[in-house]
Amino acid sequence: MIATIALVVFVTVTVGVYLSLSRDLFRVVLGLAMFGSAANLVLFAAGRLGRTAPAVVTVGETALADTANPLPQALVLTAIVIGFALVCFALVLMLRLIRDARTDDALALRDAEPLPTDPVKPPATDQAFEPVVGADPGREVAR
Amino acid sequence: MSVWLAASPVLVPLATTLVTALAHRHPRLQRILSLAGIVAFFGTALALVTAVHGGETLVIAFGNWPAPFGIEFRLDRLSASLVLITALMGLACLVFHESDADPGNRHPLLLPQVHGVLAGVAGAFATADLFNLYVWFEVMLIAALGVFAIGGRRDQLDASFKYLTLNLFGTLLLLIGVGAIHAATGHLNYGALAEAVGGLPPALTTLLLAVLGLAFLVKAGAFPLFAWLPASYHTLPGPILALFAGLLTKVGAYAVLRLLGDVFAPPPMVLLEALGWIATATMLIGVLGAAYHWDIRRILAFHIISQIGYILLATALAGEAGNAATLFYTWHHIVVKANLFLIGAIIWRLTGSYDLRRIGGLWQARPWLGVLFAIPALSLIGIPPLSGFWAKYLVLFEAIGQGRIVWTVVALLVSVLTLYSMTKIWLEAFWRPHPEADWTAPRDARLAPAIAATVGLATITLWIGTQPEALIAYARAAAATLGGAAP
Repeated sequence: MIATIALVVFVTVTVGVYLSLSRDLFRVVLGLAMFGSAANLVLFAAGRLGRTAPAVVTVGETALADTANPLPQALVLTAIVIGFALVCFALVLMLRLIRDARTDDALALRDAEPLPTDPVKPPATDQAFEPVVGADPGREVAR
Repeated sequence: MSVWLAASPVLVPLATTLVTALAHRHPRLQRILSLAGIVAFFGTALALVTAVHGGETLVIAFGNWPAPFGIEFRLDRLSASLVLITALMGLACLVFHESDADPGNRHPLLLPQVHGVLAGVAGAFATADLFNLYVWFEVMLIAALGVFAIGGRRDQLDASFKYLTLNLFGTLLLLIGVGAIHAATGHLNYGALAEAVGGLPPALTTLLLAVLGLAFLVKAGAFPLFAWLPASYHTLPGPILALFAGLLTKVGAYAVLRLLGDVFAPPPMVLLEALGWIATATMLIGVLGAAYHWDIRRILAFHIISQIGYILLATALAGEAGNAATLFYTWHHIVVKANLFLIGAIIWRLTGSYDLRRIGGLWQARPWLGVLFAIPALSLIGIPPLSGFWAKYLVLFEAIGQGRIVWTVVALLVSVLTLYSMTKIWLEAFWRPHPEADWTAPRDARLAPAIAATVGLATITLWIGTQPEALIAYARAAAATLGGAAP
């Protein structure tokens, strides 16, 4: 059982890292989701595998006998919820980014860090991305 | 009472998040609630530091599950002082945000998320449970992402995506590390872990700590894992940027200190050696990036990385002196770095740009701003008698004491390069005349809150510089109880 889980974790991490190193934004998000699943599996496996007895302390005993540790299962639920929220956020962010920047190529996303044009000096900050005095962008966002 | 006080680092900011979110339709009310919330947070943090000052530890076990089963908040001197400085930075930056020096987009959900970040930071400082630490890192990440993306400008979305990718990778790595540690020891509580780790084979301990340490180093922005920081920070509005710059990476540095200097102390030597070289590379690469850039925000963002190198170097020196130096350096750095970003935002308001090639003439127009800038700038370099001198003195004294000559030499070289890039800001923004001949500083700038916040932080820098004994004694006392040593 543990070998199967280890193999699954290995494959999931590999796929996740491979995808998140991609230039395609959607694949990056998918890769992070995969890597998150692998992390959840590791956490799940931390509580002993292959025990099917319920995690109930029998009458007269003070400790759990031969069962899986329920704590990592509770932890993994927390981690799944957090991971789900982050992946949803990442997907929305990705869609908005593709809509605004008109590209899904990670290498073409140079708005925050423009490529240098001069060998010794960095490019000047794009005036479009400098804050404007007295602007009220609150309205702009409401569109 | 003391139980409530121990929970206050999270309760107060979360309550503020809630009430400011509920008041999102009423901007004025929201701002008042936000300021009241941060003042209350500062008050409880002060009470917290007063309560633990004598060496007591405030503990709350949630749901009354005793350790090692329940989740604990455990505030010793180290945690309490960092919670206090979190509240102080929140106060300074939110007061600054009332001015019109680069307030950014006053989105109705901005302030709730800023308080969410504060809750995450303070929770990470307060908790005594490894999985709970992961949760606070995620709270910080989610709230920070909201703040990044809320501006909605294209470069901000670009920055959010890069911030998200690398930081999510870091937290997932942390999750794997937490799972592996729980599998090996059966515990998550710091105290129980410290006892259980002795029974593990040393090679396994090294491996487990390396995974956790790597995750924290991503969060701290250490070489070579810092790419997310200079890619994203400069797109934030001034006061928010100062808050993030002051606090977020320091949580990673604190986690490294807690891990290597307290819970798993003494850690395997190989990890400390590796951390020392990583720290050296971090400070050098960070300052070289700063020397290259011409945008004030990007220069200062690279300086965060460089200064994180000093903090990690102090942690790598370990022992009581190293840990005390880490703590002192962290205090100094948070105050100075946030203040430099805030002054950068004032410079933007007066000259209209963050790019040093487009601005100038400030010494003629606003000499007081030059003096105000010089205090944190000289402190960052480490000129006596400002706070940075004492911080660097503590680190380098210990490095020389341990015979770490290469680390010391690099640290001194980095100070010189820091001087270079601060001189660049000084020459271009202050001494050089403004490139537009008919430029005059705007008279209608509403800067009073901004000046109050920056002067307040500069006063703290001066105070630490002239009266370092009390704080050094506090840092030493805090370090003396780390690593299971008797108080």
